[in-house]
Amino acid sequence: MSAVFKPDETFRGEFNYRNSAAAIRRFPLPFPDDKYMYSVNLEPHVPGPAGSILEFAIDIDEHYVAECKERAIVLAADPLRFQALPHMMSAQWDCLELIMESLARDYPQHFTLQRHGQRWHWTNRPLNVDQEFLFGEPASLPLPPLDYIARQAPGDWVVMDQHDGDLWIEAGMVTTPADWSLDFDMGMTFKEWHGPVPLAHEMNVFDRALKYLLNLRLGAPVRRLNWTMTVHPRLDTAPETYPAWGPDRTQITAENAGDLVHLRVELQGLWRLPRSNAIVFGIRGYLISVRELATVPKWARRVHRVLKTLHPALVEYKGLARYRDAVVAWLAPYDDGSPTTPGTAPDV
Amino acid sequence: MTDGQTITVDVIAVEQITPLVKHFTLARPDRGNLPGFSGGSHVVVVMRGEARVFRNPYSLLGPPHALDTYQIAVRRMEESRGGSQFMHERLRVGSRLEIAHPVNLFALDKRARKHLLIAGGIGITPFMAQIEELRGGNVPFELHYAVRSREHAAFAARLHERAGERVRIYYDDAGAPIDHDGLLAAQPLGTHVYVCGPAGMISRVTEVARRWGWPDSHVHWEQFSAPPVGDAFEVYLARAERRVQVLADQSLLEAVEAAGVDVPYLCRGGVCGFCQTRVLELDGELLHNDHYLSDAEKSSRKTIMPCVSRARCRNLVLDL
Repeated sequence: MSAVFKPDETFRGEFNYRNSAAAIRRFPLPFPDDKYMYSVNLEPHVPGPAGSILEFAIDIDEHYVAECKERAIVLAADPLRFQALPHMMSAQWDCLELIMESLARDYPQHFTLQRHGQRWHWTNRPLNVDQEFLFGEPASLPLPPLDYIARQAPGDWVVMDQHDGDLWIEAGMVTTPADWSLDFDMGMTFKEWHGPVPLAHEMNVFDRALKYLLNLRLGAPVRRLNWTMTVHPRLDTAPETYPAWGPDRTQITAENAGDLVHLRVELQGLWRLPRSNAIVFGIRGYLISVRELATVPKWARRVHRVLKTLHPALVEYKGLARYRDAVVAWLAPYDDGSPTTPGTAPDV
Repeated sequence: MTDGQTITVDVIAVEQITPLVKHFTLARPDRGNLPGFSGGSHVVVVMRGEARVFRNPYSLLGPPHALDTYQIAVRRMEESRGGSQFMHERLRVGSRLEIAHPVNLFALDKRARKHLLIAGGIGITPFMAQIEELRGGNVPFELHYAVRSREHAAFAARLHERAGERVRIYYDDAGAPIDHDGLLAAQPLGTHVYVCGPAGMISRVTEVARRWGWPDSHVHWEQFSAPPVGDAFEVYLARAERRVQVLADQSLLEAVEAAGVDVPYLCRGGVCGFCQTRVLELDGELLHNDHYLSDAEKSSRKTIMPCVSRARCRNLVLDL
């Protein structure tokens, strides 16, 4: 996507955030059917159609600059949003290489990476960054390598080390979480981390996903979509800041739901890292208001039906209990009962 | 696709480094960098012979930071089904090969306070790359390497040069074997032990470690089984609706692949569990040769690792 950045957008306060018509059309709707249930929906993270969010390994869109500003605000208030255990230094460098290489290759108009052996030169034009450093020498960067690059990358980045036949969260930067805490989850195993997720454990989703990920191959990243809903286009819905956003859920009515409630979709990518043999988990959130969604007739019908029939345990876990009915009521006039075509294409 | 995305490489150097071991240096045809990897990784080399395709795993033994080439060492197996013979006899400078991306099933545990590496024979190869990672760090390590004799001591000079006094080589013909008991009894808390070599060495080290109370999480071993030669047998692939003959010197996985049915794999040595396959019908016995399935799974007759295991039966139906 040849995005025109909107650096004045905000994800707090006045919530000055909109999706352009092009951004709406490329929104990653996570519902291929009119009903939703968990599955091990992992697929190879291979390039998708030109202009789609899957065209490149890491998607840069019109919200990129504003999101990086938001990230800096969160980190200034809470430095524990970045953490890395001492043995994760090689994994931090792996992440820096992955992100810099991907962005410079796929968006040469915005990013440049020059490598001369250990001497690297990174240019990030949208954020006015120009940095020379020695790859592998932490002292040559102003911040630890993952801290440095994740501030300039869209979404959250969690690094899992692989040992004892499991994956352990041992580094990450998490400033845009859907109600989970890096500080709380550091050092947890894959299943401990996913402990609160209802139903999926009984379906053996995590047994199968873990087995798959333990054998994740270098050069063969995978991805999945996940989703929830958020009141306001707020990226930082962390437990640490719950007092700031939790009460918003009580304000939703069938009249204001279209403007206040946002579908939040996460493109989650998983890459095996070369030097450390760790796995990095990128969690990239996309936000769209229910009103913006409803500009696509098929999506309005689809989302109306998914929410109406959503399993009660998922309604509770995703934090929708207080306002799901209001959103369903807001969308009802957009659903004439006509069938939806299979898949997620907007059909417009 | 079975091999995933493969990498095309040329053989750019071949060296006979012991009477049984050849060392190959591989590079991209355009001499561009190869993918990064961590010490202990292997690559599967795809060898296209006239009649058969062989896929064998070999540890990467070059320094992980030097990615202009990959280095592997291949021991010629007396009982070879053809893979190591192909590598020894057919490959020369200029030969072109396909390799899969590196996979690490024998990684160093980065939380260790000390690393104790024990190698036997060709089992030295994963440690060659690991000592390159360790020598730059500040975690202590020792490498103990047992070989038949001086002429079989592959890489002895390179090891001494790269790791100096932290390497000790034991020559069988000098009658000075590794004292596993003494070695494992004397390690500081927080040490991780890694062993790669013949089956006897691995079972000895793991037994001694257990006897001295080492936690299992601190004991690591890697042994890729070559698929053993056995009697020919027949298998029916239920989903593909194909009947396939497995020859005496062919693995079940190779036979299925030769019939055009893709099975995902990573190690081809009975270690990773990736090619695990459901057994739907069986009237005889499964001959399990892997290090992955539990004893209970092996005796359940419901599952098999086709990369190394075989069957003795008249009727075997697999969920493939």
